[in-house]
Amino acid sequence: MLKNKQELRDLRERCQRAAQDEVKKILVCAGTGCVASGSLEVYERFQIEMQEKGIPCSVEFMSDVHGVGLKKSGCHGLCEMSVMLRIEPEGYIYTKVKPEDCAEILTETIQQGRHVERLAYTKNGLVCKTQDEIPFYKKQKRVVLEHCGRIDATSLLEYLSVGGYTAFEKALFDMDKEGIVREISESNLRGRGGGGFKTGQKWSQVSRQKENKKYVVCNGDEGDPGAFMDCSIMEGDPHRMLEGMMIAGLACGSDEAYIYVRAEYPLAVSRLKTAISQAEKYGILGDHILGSDFNFHIHINKGAGAFVCGEGSALTASIEGKRGMPRVKPPRTVEHGLFNKPTVLNNVETFANVPVIIDKGASYFLGIGPGNSPGTKAFSITGTIANTGLIEVPMGTTLQEVIFEVGGGLKGGSKFKAVQIGGPSGACLTEEHFNLPLDFDSLKKVGAMIGSGGLVVADENTCMVEIARFFMSFTQKESCGKCVPCREGTKRMLKILERIVAGDGRDGDIDLLLDLAGTITATALCGLGKTAPSPVISTIRSFRHEYEAHIYEKRCPAHSCEKLKRLSINPETCKGCSKCSKVCPVEAISGKVKTPFEINSEKCIRCGACVEACKFDAVTEGW
Amino acid sequence: MSNNGTMVIDGLTVEIGDEKNLLELIRKAGTELPTLCYASELSIHGACRMCMVENERGGLDAACSEPPRAGMEIRTNTERLRKYRKNILELLLANHCRDCTTCGNSGHCKLQDLAIRFNIDRVRFVNMALDPKPDNSSLCITKDENKCILCGNCVRMCSEIQDVGAIDFAFRGSKMKVTTAFNIPIGESNCIGCGQCATVCPTGAIVVRDNTEAVWRELGDKNAEVTVQIAPAVRVALGKEFGLKEGENSMGLIVSALRRMGFHKIFDTSTAADLTVLEESRELQNRLKEKHDFPLFTSCCPAWVNHCEKRYPELMANVSTCRSPMQMFASVIKEQYCNSSKRQVHVAIMPCTAKKFEAARNEFKTDERPNVNYVLTTQEVIRMIKGSGLIFSNLEPEAVDSPFGLMTGSGVIFGVTGGVTEAVLRDISSDRSNSGLNKIAFIGVRGMTGVKEAQVTVGEREVKIAVVSGLGNADRVIEALKSGCKKYDFVEIMACPGGCVCGAGQPYIPAELKIDRAKGLYSVDKLTSIKRSGENPLVDLLYNGLLKNKSHQLLHVSYTSAGKESHI
Amino acid sequence: MDTYIDYQKVDGIIEAHHGQPSAIIAILQEIQEQYRYIPRQVFPHLSRRIGLSEASLYSVTTFYENFSLEQKGKIVFKVCDGTACHVRKSLPILERLRKELSLSEEKITTDDLEFTVETVACLGACGLSPVLTINGKVYPAMTPDKASELLKSLKEEVRSC
Repeated sequence: MLKNKQELRDLRERCQRAAQDEVKKILVCAGTGCVASGSLEVYERFQIEMQEKGIPCSVEFMSDVHGVGLKKSGCHGLCEMSVMLRIEPEGYIYTKVKPEDCAEILTETIQQGRHVERLAYTKNGLVCKTQDEIPFYKKQKRVVLEHCGRIDATSLLEYLSVGGYTAFEKALFDMDKEGIVREISESNLRGRGGGGFKTGQKWSQVSRQKENKKYVVCNGDEGDPGAFMDCSIMEGDPHRMLEGMMIAGLACGSDEAYIYVRAEYPLAVSRLKTAISQAEKYGILGDHILGSDFNFHIHINKGAGAFVCGEGSALTASIEGKRGMPRVKPPRTVEHGLFNKPTVLNNVETFANVPVIIDKGASYFLGIGPGNSPGTKAFSITGTIANTGLIEVPMGTTLQEVIFEVGGGLKGGSKFKAVQIGGPSGACLTEEHFNLPLDFDSLKKVGAMIGSGGLVVADENTCMVEIARFFMSFTQKESCGKCVPCREGTKRMLKILERIVAGDGRDGDIDLLLDLAGTITATALCGLGKTAPSPVISTIRSFRHEYEAHIYEKRCPAHSCEKLKRLSINPETCKGCSKCSKVCPVEAISGKVKTPFEINSEKCIRCGACVEACKFDAVTEGW
Repeated sequence: MSNNGTMVIDGLTVEIGDEKNLLELIRKAGTELPTLCYASELSIHGACRMCMVENERGGLDAACSEPPRAGMEIRTNTERLRKYRKNILELLLANHCRDCTTCGNSGHCKLQDLAIRFNIDRVRFVNMALDPKPDNSSLCITKDENKCILCGNCVRMCSEIQDVGAIDFAFRGSKMKVTTAFNIPIGESNCIGCGQCATVCPTGAIVVRDNTEAVWRELGDKNAEVTVQIAPAVRVALGKEFGLKEGENSMGLIVSALRRMGFHKIFDTSTAADLTVLEESRELQNRLKEKHDFPLFTSCCPAWVNHCEKRYPELMANVSTCRSPMQMFASVIKEQYCNSSKRQVHVAIMPCTAKKFEAARNEFKTDERPNVNYVLTTQEVIRMIKGSGLIFSNLEPEAVDSPFGLMTGSGVIFGVTGGVTEAVLRDISSDRSNSGLNKIAFIGVRGMTGVKEAQVTVGEREVKIAVVSGLGNADRVIEALKSGCKKYDFVEIMACPGGCVCGAGQPYIPAELKIDRAKGLYSVDKLTSIKRSGENPLVDLLYNGLLKNKSHQLLHVSYTSAGKESHI
Repeated sequence: MDTYIDYQKVDGIIEAHHGQPSAIIAILQEIQEQYRYIPRQVFPHLSRRIGLSEASLYSVTTFYENFSLEQKGKIVFKVCDGTACHVRKSLPILERLRKELSLSEEKITTDDLEFTVETVACLGACGLSPVLTINGKVYPAMTPDKASELLKSLKEEVRSC
């Protein structure tokens, strides 16, 4: 239990010294992706091998055992390459590690300092030994993810060893409420959860409220399918986020906080629980923190499977034990939020940005990215991209840089078609947006939004109507059902999209979609409802011809929609035996015996009877 | 004069008063803004999105949730808004049964009304409406989830105002519906039949259970003699539908209409209310003597009795043993005509849906036949009058039949919250002067407030009284009693906010107009020559005649859980 | 087939949350952990103890995807249908599992209560898409065939127990 500022400082110094003394370290990634690929088995194998080889192994930081550090770290980001691990002090990155590789790593790298080339990341024959050499990391700037993959995510002491809780210490002892709010306001930090609302403004509004009880709430309900930045922060560097929340508590005069985490992130929940109990143990959380008058308690609420709970008022309703249905505003959350009290509600990444601003000052933060959207942004890039994973780049990095330099271009060298940004609330960007800087305002100008930061890359084989249908089916499934435009409107939009991809689109469907989209955007109750039609609007804007091809020509230009497959007879292989025309239930096949037959695709119902009947494999499916 | 400043609505400068939201101000300014989920007595739901208005920056605000601010400039009927509203209506109609002519709420349906107002002449979406699926398990209401537009008014009424919680939203998104726990039939749930959900339902999804056809059949049966009693609250609510003013007493016209429709004997429930007053006064005075700690609760309201049985069985001993006026009258009538050669049928016209359930209780049966054979609500009687073709306003008022033709002002004010208490106080007060009556009227028992408190001296003792309407308020009062925060000797509870005048069987009335019906009853009271129940000469006759040695048997009841039918 | 309910255990869960209505979601989660679903019989009990109507408990329970009012299988497959998995063809995996167990979107659990197949929102393992989980353990880079094999070995395990 740390009793005052000095004790915290002393402990931190001890941790820092211990970290320097730790000559050799193996950091096994224990993020969701790597765990799924077996990183825990790798970790255990290291323990066994080290014991067998007589290599002293220190699992716990600052324990009595002085030996090679073996740690579970947060996500490195390049999940495609999992299991990943990092060896210090060399900084070697090994990829796709299997338990059977452990012995070699120990004898070669740990004992003899040699690099194991076959485990290194290679790109175009180039071997990348360290992280800096991997092109994926070159354009990145890791601020929020600074410690992810570099420290043991389950150790408060390791967090201290990299300067953890310095910002909190400064805020608690050297700054007043106004000072903290001013620093955050000056940094121009904007909420990373979607809308990009100014964090400083939010804090100052809550800070001004006269109520005695106020809450800090962290939105960890990262529901956008294909986004996992917040997950990685909670798993990989939980203390950083807690520190941000504690500073918010100081700034706003709150003594109680809730973290709402998606149920699909069990690992994040357990890491946060560990982090909170450690902080409580050391007296960094609790009553009279470090001997001061500041009390702060953090609870964790596990979601129960509702995307809409990512919306602020739905999230607070869910914490209150109710249906997660957004409510009308005003009153706003800053005045009447959780349990009807003034509430600061920010997302994980926003809170994780706070310590660095307080520690290094607003000017440092303003030095990264454009002035109106400073700092970095974590994105997850998925889809048909070479380097699937988690990245962090300065705001304002262009789409081109993200896709081709960081992301490594498209998988298998296929042709870029579009990138969906911002998940089900977002829009698609195309080649014309390659030079568009990714920041709040630039994206807004083209009708897109950063959302929580999911980037889904689509290549020429991806049907954009189908993508729109996919997002609409997601939104429809996740609609809370409260307001009419979202509940009924998205249902109808989905029906229309479904019939278009099934080849049953009708003349006028595009206009009907746009008409509904307009009404929903203007009248839906919550932000998620208002933005639900965005994927449709933007795909119609950029890919209207694909919609038209589906509707008028019953053709899927991306050759993706199953229902639009056509059957045809190859005149080369057809012997003209007429068997196909006899089995056809709708008389769609005609021809003269002994000459190639033909299928009338207007009549054809794609039952496949002809395919089975043909002895010469002349009937084929295709677009 | 308020000094909240002014704002501009459709070019018109409007003074901002104490309106909570733009919607109320817009309506005050004379525009009937469309909405499907707004009811002033309920919390703001903001789900139908019909009340969106355009602000000076071209943005949209939901008028129901946006507070008026000085300097605001809004438009309520722009091209854009019309388009959105039409689209929203079209979306609702695409899922909604459109067999309006056979719907129980046709003519009173807000969705129908708005579809007409917005000239919806086509629906561009595939019709996904499901066939009507009425849940007739309750004797009081009919619920049809396939006619529900999910405005949530009933849910908020049932939980916020009535604190019953029989229904709630279930599931989400397009699968969402309003239902009981596990979708059990409403009649088997903890619903108490107050019917308040039906009063706020904008469509035909929850309507009052209809018994008119059965009553028409009885009227046509030559072997039946149909007697009818009319509750006090009915007379000030029925006339509006036929062009009278809200709250105007139309008792004479109702009697006239019923007689023409073929009812044989027509009586006024107020007469029996006088008996209730006397019996209840006696019970209170006995209790005061015996120094019971917990109060005496009134028992006139069947929804409250039902609620008490379900939620506070331990308090049933505190509920008055008096039968409700309807049941007292039914016993008396049964006794009076027991030797008649014709089959006796007794109908009660009530402002109340729960009375339908009360009538079916075993406690109120004689030889397994209910004393009240049919309960018709005001709404149903309106339907019958219309069906009969009578031109209501052209009728000549007529008087009720003897031998039960006399009633007092006390019996009439039973229909409004505080009325029972006021009548009991008139009876037990030692001050028999007119000013004594006035004093009682102003000790705090009148008015539409949900919980009213009063204190009177009876003999040596200060009697503490609470007058409660709305079951949510009842729960709060009981909570306070249980925790010891409050002490009362007498508590009047009416399930419907405002009392019987606002019963769910009455035609719909916005909360702010409810007071007109109350005023109507008080003015009837003013015009009656006898004010105190004990001074009704008929009462004396009854006690010395028909009720002699039978008053306890005929006028009191002991509620048992076995008395209830299996469900409401 | 009613599940046996140990009401002492249920009360323990309620008390750990001080019977707070605001903790109802956590309480339901813990009950579900206990029984793999939320048995209908606990509703009246919960309603009395927590002071929420049964209708409102039902309301909360049915709002959240993760609560099940029906018994689930001992082995639960969850196929991720997040964007990344969808683009990398997770649907055929789901279809294969359903086909092999004769299940559908409506019928998610086998009659012998051994297997349940359902979808799950993005698990955050997009780098390994498409993924599925079996009783919480994530299996990366799935294909319909790999899923079939997993199912086959699990079926054998079930049979041998």
